[in-house]
Amino acid sequence: MLAGGILVITRRNPVHSALALIVTLLAQASIYLMLYAPFVAGVQIILYAGGIMVLFLFVIMLVSVDRSMRERQFNSQWVIGVIAATALGGLFIAVYTKGTSLFPDHASPVLEGDNTQRIATMLYGQYMFAFEIASLLLLVAIIGAVVMAKKRI
Amino acid sequence: MNLVVQYIESYLGSNQTPGAAGNMFWVLVYILLVFTGISLGVIAMNWLERKILAHMQVRLGPMRVGPHGLLQPFADALKLLLKEDIIPAEADSAIFWTAPFMVVLAAFTTFVVVPFGPTHAITDMNIGILFMLGVSSLSVLGIVMAGWASNSHYPLMGALRSSAQMVSYEVAMGMAVVTVILMTSLNAAGTGTLSMIGIVQAQLAQGEWFIFKFFPLGLIAFFIFAVAMVAETNRAPFDLAEAESELTAGFHTEYSGFRWSLFFLAEYGAMMAASSIAVTLWLGGWLRPFPNWLGGARWDDFFSFFPGVVVLFLAGMCFFNTARMPKHSYFRIQTIGLGVFGALLGVVALILFIPGVRVRVQDIFWFAAKVAGFMYLYIWYRGTFPRYRFDQLMKMGWKVLLPMGLGVLILTAGVALFQQNLWHP
Repeated sequence: MLAGGILVITRRNPVHSALALIVTLLAQASIYLMLYAPFVAGVQIILYAGGIMVLFLFVIMLVSVDRSMRERQFNSQWVIGVIAATALGGLFIAVYTKGTSLFPDHASPVLEGDNTQRIATMLYGQYMFAFEIASLLLLVAIIGAVVMAKKRI
Repeated sequence: MNLVVQYIESYLGSNQTPGAAGNMFWVLVYILLVFTGISLGVIAMNWLERKILAHMQVRLGPMRVGPHGLLQPFADALKLLLKEDIIPAEADSAIFWTAPFMVVLAAFTTFVVVPFGPTHAITDMNIGILFMLGVSSLSVLGIVMAGWASNSHYPLMGALRSSAQMVSYEVAMGMAVVTVILMTSLNAAGTGTLSMIGIVQAQLAQGEWFIFKFFPLGLIAFFIFAVAMVAETNRAPFDLAEAESELTAGFHTEYSGFRWSLFFLAEYGAMMAASSIAVTLWLGGWLRPFPNWLGGARWDDFFSFFPGVVVLFLAGMCFFNTARMPKHSYFRIQTIGLGVFGALLGVVALILFIPGVRVRVQDIFWFAAKVAGFMYLYIWYRGTFPRYRFDQLMKMGWKVLLPMGLGVLILTAGVALFQQNLWHP
């Protein structure tokens, strides 16, 4: 996963970066598997690696790569970037060394076989409102994309 | 040494898949068996496709290479292996090399969860059907990579069209699959299952193959999936992306020799994987016809004769055609070859009649027979339907199949609720 992540930001060719991102997302799916969450891993592969990355690749291929590869790369905010990355890294290290005592209601890992049922019960029971709001958000995004892309309504 | 033998034998007679039992040796054996099975299937499909298409078009197909062209797939494989491996000059060689590998990986990994019997799967994941859908969507990435890496406009257009088509029909496939998952939850506990073996066992427990459930909803869902799976695998009539008259072989134009044969292998492998999904979800997987209505030991025994009888029938056809061969000295080798092939089939049929083998082979035979039926349907569609134009194709995916899928899903949910009397206002 780390190798994939580093390759994403260091390759010159954007298609290579997109493929490294696919490798990173597949590694992410396997991390979900190791955390006893097979449903999330499966959905990650279907949607992220198999759907969203295909659309990424469409856009990258339809935008002319040669011209963008020859443009001069510049970044005038690298100082802020380094400070933010250091802060984030410090946060990660602090959480890691503190251990699980930071999360008071840390539950024991549940049986893997139950994962899909438990997600379904919680999603459609307790968090139904959030589910509906998220679907409304997606609908707004779809309508926005269609409106921006159409030549005439 | 004793420990090793003990470990190997510890799995025999178990009632779990090797993956669930954690026995790595048998997992490897099953993987090898499945791989061999798929490869034999691809070889048979190559010959069958050319012969059946030819007979549908009132011509004979390959007749020269072996008796009735039976050795044609081997000749093709040999030719492809010996061809020069060309990589286009400006092509991105890392991606060019990886693309067929990716497509084959996606096509073959889906077979990890395909159930050939109640314990005859490599493993039985809790998210079996989700895993199969996900991994088969990775083949889209391989096709896009192949089109891009060839650095030529025909493959790029073909790849982009093909991947747009595959992504669109994946949505319709998903709707049909969710309808079936809903039907699995109509048991006493009220919980469904995503595992492939669980879905077939739900059909056994409910006494009805899901294609007939809530007639006609199961049938419409099956129809949606059947159309979507043909579009998913880029086969006729949805093969605009690789049509010879339109795009000179589309995304695999620049691939020659062994790399092309990998795409070919992956295409037929994906066809078999999609047919396996359709058979498991709608047609009762490994169940013989009428498992509940004509149940009991005597009917089990009766139906267990079918594998041997079918192979005996094939052997009989071989002998019949041996007798029909032209009586010319040039045809002597072919006649002898066909006779030997018929004799081999007869030996296999006799092995299949042994009682011990009969019981074990039954599940695998019915599963394979149903998948073979789907393969024949694929070839039939290719010989019958004209090609869809790309905009018609996309229109059908989004404007026809998706609303139908949504409608079937909502209606199935309504009927299932009504049946379970779970309507709590």
